[in-house]
Amino acid sequence: MVSYNRTAQEALRQQHEMLLEVQKLQFAALDTALYLDTHPNDPVALYRHKMYTDRLKTVKEAYEMQFGPMTIFGQEVGDYWRYVNSPWPWEM
Amino acid sequence: MFMYEKKLQYPVRVTKKDVRMAKAVLNQYGGPDGELSASMNYLTQRFSMPLNETKAILTDIGTEELGHMEMVATLFKKLIKGATKEELIAAGMGGYFADHETCPFLVDAEGEHWDSKYTQAKGDPIADLYNDMAAEQKARATYENLILLTDDPLVKDTLRWLREREIIHFQRFGEGLRLVEEYTNSKRYY
Repeated sequence: MVSYNRTAQEALRQQHEMLLEVQKLQFAALDTALYLDTHPNDPVALYRHKMYTDRLKTVKEAYEMQFGPMTIFGQEVGDYWRYVNSPWPWEM
Repeated sequence: MFMYEKKLQYPVRVTKKDVRMAKAVLNQYGGPDGELSASMNYLTQRFSMPLNETKAILTDIGTEELGHMEMVATLFKKLIKGATKEELIAAGMGGYFADHETCPFLVDAEGEHWDSKYTQAKGDPIADLYNDMAAEQKARATYENLILLTDDPLVKDTLRWLREREIIHFQRFGEGLRLVEEYTNSKRYY
């Protein structure tokens, strides 16, 4: 639950922190996926890819719940489409 | 189809404004061995790949390169942010500013416009994959040159990360090439 008394700076710091978790797990999933593209039956890579994508799903859902959808296919749970006004990547 | 995700693939930060470096990093945006050239190479060549493994690797690396374009453009914006008229002129960006202000544009470090002649799609999978491995090495060399041109540790961090990606892509294309060569040899009878 978002507390409403924290400063905007704190909110941004928390957003950076949660975003970094998404970036780390997505990078691990992407790098494993590229390996699987040329080794589609490698059991260790398959296991790792599943582990990373499972964890990615969780942190991404938490991020989107708090800061709005990252893609236009993400769900907006509030009454405003936050995708528009959340900071754009080159402005963060 | 392609989907946009509102985040960078890896954080891009700078310690301070550096207009000369902004001009130099544009080379990886719209230069001959830049991220646009790489992406367009791979996303085009995949249509004539004989194996699903190489269709997959070209699609996924070509897509990752689009994310790298966004990182390089972000790096440019952060390096040029707050530049004064004097700084732009001193960095040789007066003409650039007249045409594009401080928006990243598809040019190399000397202002030469991007051209599809920077890309190759021979239609022959072996020729194309060798081309792609060379493209990754050229991009790796460019990132090394850019790393030498800056003292900013945060800029170096982003450039080092991008350089490492070129090495991984080179590796994956090499594996794709081996698979295509095995496939074509298995079909060849003399």
